[in-house]
Amino acid sequence: MDVKEKKIKEYNEYVKKVTPTHNLPLNMLKAFLVGGAICTIGQWITNFGLAQGLTKEVAGGWTSLILIALSILLTGLNIYPSIAKFGGAGALVPITGFANSVAAPAIEFQKEGQIFGIGCKIFTISGPVILYGIFTSWLLGLGYYILMKVGVIL
Amino acid sequence: MTQTVGKQSLQFDKAVHILSGSSVVGKKEGEGPLGAYFDVVDDGDDQMFGEETWEEAESALQKEAAQLAIVKAKLTKDDIRYIYAGDLLGQLIATSFGLSQLQLPMFGLYGACSTMGEALSLGAMTVCAGYAEHVLSLASSHFGSAEKQFRFPLGYANQRPLSATWTVTGSGAFVLGTKGGKARITGITTGKIVDYGIKDSMNMGASMSPAACDTIFQNFQDFQRQPEDYDKIFTGDLGYIGQEILIKLLKDKGYDISKQHSDCGIEIYDRQTQDTHSGGSGCGCSAVTLAAHILPKVERGEWKRVLFVPTGALHSTVSFNEGQAVPGIAHAVVIEHC
Repeated sequence: MDVKEKKIKEYNEYVKKVTPTHNLPLNMLKAFLVGGAICTIGQWITNFGLAQGLTKEVAGGWTSLILIALSILLTGLNIYPSIAKFGGAGALVPITGFANSVAAPAIEFQKEGQIFGIGCKIFTISGPVILYGIFTSWLLGLGYYILMKVGVIL
Repeated sequence: MTQTVGKQSLQFDKAVHILSGSSVVGKKEGEGPLGAYFDVVDDGDDQMFGEETWEEAESALQKEAAQLAIVKAKLTKDDIRYIYAGDLLGQLIATSFGLSQLQLPMFGLYGACSTMGEALSLGAMTVCAGYAEHVLSLASSHFGSAEKQFRFPLGYANQRPLSATWTVTGSGAFVLGTKGGKARITGITTGKIVDYGIKDSMNMGASMSPAACDTIFQNFQDFQRQPEDYDKIFTGDLGYIGQEILIKLLKDKGYDISKQHSDCGIEIYDRQTQDTHSGGSGCGCSAVTLAAHILPKVERGEWKRVLFVPTGALHSTVSFNEGQAVPGIAHAVVIEHC
């Protein structure tokens, strides 16, 4: 067993050595540019909303909605994957990446019907984010509530 | 009379002739270095082949490749006694729905991307044993259906690692028979499942190289041959990383195949212009490369003896999520000019 484990370990280390990976600093730079560009567009929308006399909250709501709509449109036109191929996490982390991860399965599984296709599979990628996002919010809320009750937070 | 040699090989008393090979591919493959040699290239950007879904499109590929191979062999479908066929999809749906209209006795095969080697091996055994005068062996893969099953929806935005390979959209089919044609299968070496504990399903070259090494090494042992006894040794879809590993692994075992070795996954795409990272993969990769590139050269006698070794990575999304490694398998087929 030990000999086999050693062989597996050695082979995995060798494979790691010969397998090329993306250039990290370059990838980070691209992510910064793409992520920054998306956020700048978002800021423009917010500023425009504020200039029209919207409250900060309403302008922020419109910003999210418009960014999501744009991302879904670009996913449908098969442009968003190319943006992410270039920008990596810069395209995945903003709300547009999340919208893409919902729209892409919806498009792909449409062929399997409204219920078992879109219905069951639309959250195959974003499902974990939604589940654990809500769960963590609940935990934090609970913590906040307890701290409030014991008087740490007023 | 026994035809077994060594531990894992067969040397056929009467070599099995390859009467014809056909290849049907998608647009991206048509734009690759082998583009001019494929029988049919579908120019559609959507890779749908006139169908509604990826799966139906793959079935259409198989059907067309099968019919074309039969026509090229100057036979009709009623001359075919058995079909050995497979694809990558769950429950072999591309094969089932693609070949149902042929109404011929069929064995469905799953060998991951090694299926073409498996189909040729079993087909050759069937013909040599006298169970059939003509057998049809084929395999297919489709980029869209494979991505959907094994990875992400095509519209999902992500960055593919440099070790990833690109699933070939294509189907290759071959008619085997007792006589005719300018190439023949003289022997086979059937591979074992080899697991070196690679857990990264995006580095399939690394998971399959040990299996390819094992089968090729066994082929040399069983037939008492040296690398020089082959004009070419073609693995299925190891890609650039897998090729480097395979050559090193075999060197460690005392064989240098660096002069003879090529990989179908490397041949089929131009990695500079086609953005395919480590190379092509899928059952269709080795199948169409054999039909369009290897077989014609053997038929013309440019290569006298070739070892064709399709390689498969044996995993599913379930085994991957449950923490299993990705074992490999490889089946070798000895193809000679005649």
